[in-house]
Amino acid sequence: MKKRNFLVTLFLSFTLILAACGTSDEGNADGDSGEEKNCEPSDDAINVAMVTDVGGVDDKSFNQSAWEGLQAYGEEYCLEEDEHYDYAQSTQDADYEPNLNRLTGQDYELVYGIGYKLTEAIEKVAGQNPDTNYALVDEVASEMDNLTSITFKEHQGSFLVGVAAALKTESNQVGFVGGVDSPLINKFEVGFEAGVKSIDPSIEVDVRYAESFDDAGKGRQIANSMYNSGVDIIYHAAGGAGNGVFSEAKDIKTNDPESYVWVIGVDRDQYDEGTVTVDGTDYNVTFTSMVKRVDIAVQDVAERMMEGDFPGGENIEYGLSDEGVSVADTNEEAYTEEIATAVSEWEQKIIDGELDIPSTHDELEEFLNNL
Amino acid sequence: MILQKLKGTWIPLVAIGFGLLAGAIIMLLFGYNPIQGYIALWNGAFENPYFTGETIRLMTPYILSGLAVAFAFRSGLLNIGVEGQVFVGWLAAVWVGTAFSLPAFIHLPLAILAAAVAGGLWGFVPGYLKAKYQVHEVIITIMMNYIALYSTNAIIRNVLTDQGERTDYIAESASLKSAWLTELMEFSNIHFGIILAIFSALFYWYFIEKTKYGFELKAVGFNRDASKYAGMSVKRSIIMSMVISGGFAGLAGAMEGLGTFGYMSLQNSFTNIGFDGIAIALLGGNTAIGVILASGLFGVLKNGALNMPTSAGVPHELVDIITALIIFFVAASYMIILFREQIISMYHKLKHKLSNISSKEGK
Repeated sequence: MKKRNFLVTLFLSFTLILAACGTSDEGNADGDSGEEKNCEPSDDAINVAMVTDVGGVDDKSFNQSAWEGLQAYGEEYCLEEDEHYDYAQSTQDADYEPNLNRLTGQDYELVYGIGYKLTEAIEKVAGQNPDTNYALVDEVASEMDNLTSITFKEHQGSFLVGVAAALKTESNQVGFVGGVDSPLINKFEVGFEAGVKSIDPSIEVDVRYAESFDDAGKGRQIANSMYNSGVDIIYHAAGGAGNGVFSEAKDIKTNDPESYVWVIGVDRDQYDEGTVTVDGTDYNVTFTSMVKRVDIAVQDVAERMMEGDFPGGENIEYGLSDEGVSVADTNEEAYTEEIATAVSEWEQKIIDGELDIPSTHDELEEFLNNL
Repeated sequence: MILQKLKGTWIPLVAIGFGLLAGAIIMLLFGYNPIQGYIALWNGAFENPYFTGETIRLMTPYILSGLAVAFAFRSGLLNIGVEGQVFVGWLAAVWVGTAFSLPAFIHLPLAILAAAVAGGLWGFVPGYLKAKYQVHEVIITIMMNYIALYSTNAIIRNVLTDQGERTDYIAESASLKSAWLTELMEFSNIHFGIILAIFSALFYWYFIEKTKYGFELKAVGFNRDASKYAGMSVKRSIIMSMVISGGFAGLAGAMEGLGTFGYMSLQNSFTNIGFDGIAIALLGGNTAIGVILASGLFGVLKNGALNMPTSAGVPHELVDIITALIIFFVAASYMIILFREQIISMYHKLKHKLSNISSKEGK
């Protein structure tokens, strides 16, 4: 008898929950449909879509940034999501090709592959579908009329955050946490080290790789050992693994708000990742971020295609001069005006071509010898 | 009662039904159309030859990893290490595929064999430790997964390439792909591995059901002490079971290396082929045909799910919840068995009461 009562109660509460959810949901749906756009989609706008890598569209990094670029493009030309612009998410490497093919089949005229992991897949799909245009972000693909490559001069931006870190460090030790040891991430590492050493060659740069872009635990472990060894600023270029660096720094800050630990974010302005509240006081461990404007690049390529100027077979490199990379100054308390002035002086030198920033280990060696 | 007559086979079907229903409720709750959602799922898997090919491609390694788990299950062992065995099999196949240039009729079988042997060796270690020292195979196989993950990465980085991200493409002669099949399926990544997988399932059925060794394995699975008493070598059975299980897993790796990708790239984390294999073996009731059907379901779900966000607007997170629910209900089929028994006992009680009442009234 007791048991049956229990079951009845369970059933009743379940229906109640269902009913509650149902009504609140209807309200939401109404809200959505009420949002009428008071403009017409432009006639010459093209339909664009993107395929994320395994990081997913909400990786707080370049996948998200690329999607923001598409959203901005959609807003500018008054387009509908899911109809004129969309994304497909990949959960494993084997998903890239089906996703690219799926979007191609859904009549998107320009399909982006976000991340170097999609290189093989996008080359194959582009070869099979000559009528659709493709763009690969972060890697130079083989030359095809319907495939363009978007890369960034990450070494330039990394150089500038290196300069900032060198001016900020108190222990004269800074760290770099990379995702996977590869030519792409080496650009971040080398640029950063060059920037640090340009200010003070005696500053030590501790370089380590997590060998993963999504293992936050690994990132945290490395950050822990770096901070323990006296490093006070860590620059990460490790995607999701870099989130571990943030959590470690925030942990240290929570235990001791006086501690001097900083993280330099990457790809997007990671100011929000660094917020931590201790006893009602807000702190932020994000010193600055090396911002890679994937969004600007993505939007730019779409607009060039609209104008009939699709850069097929080319590699477009976005750097400091076209705002493809920049240094974030959101944390005004930490990123002081003094540092900002110094950084912009170096920036001007790079833009003017007075200074060539190394992008490989060999070039770094040469650069350091010439200091 | 019909419920009593239907045993075994109906449980997974009911579980899938429950899963789809729960998924539909969730979609409704969040304001999406479940019918559209499931149509998108179906189209994502079968809309045209390309996607059908991709579904079969996805299903191929699942059959083998499911067989691997099921094989160990049959002798009472839980092989959690399929994941690692997939890695070493993948690596071995690609290694043989890139290192030699041989005629196809030698090269391809050699690469496949290498994968099976590598996986078998990876299974041998926990099997041996279990048989000799009673070390629990779950612990060892979990640890072996990490060893496999990081050592294959290190080998790709330092031995097969010079600090590269991925190995070279395997030679044409070691590839499971064929131009004819690719063209038939509109450039999908389908490959002849599916035939190998089905042959493996046949082998599994024959070995377990028709041979002396298979009988011994099952006997050991049912009762170790009784088997020993009956004069069977329990140790040999355990080791053999893990080796063959690992061999199946290694073949699953070969499907990725020689079929789908044609190379092996650095792996950030596990592929989930092995872990999904556990669910597939459970769902398939550890039988060959069951594993094939369950792999089909997984292939359809995983491939079709990719289509739900773009064509029905159902967000990814929800799709993940829905597929997880289906798997959950399948894995929780014991709950359904329990549920069935309760219904049956309630039915009997009711009948008893009714007959009591009627007999009283009769008096």
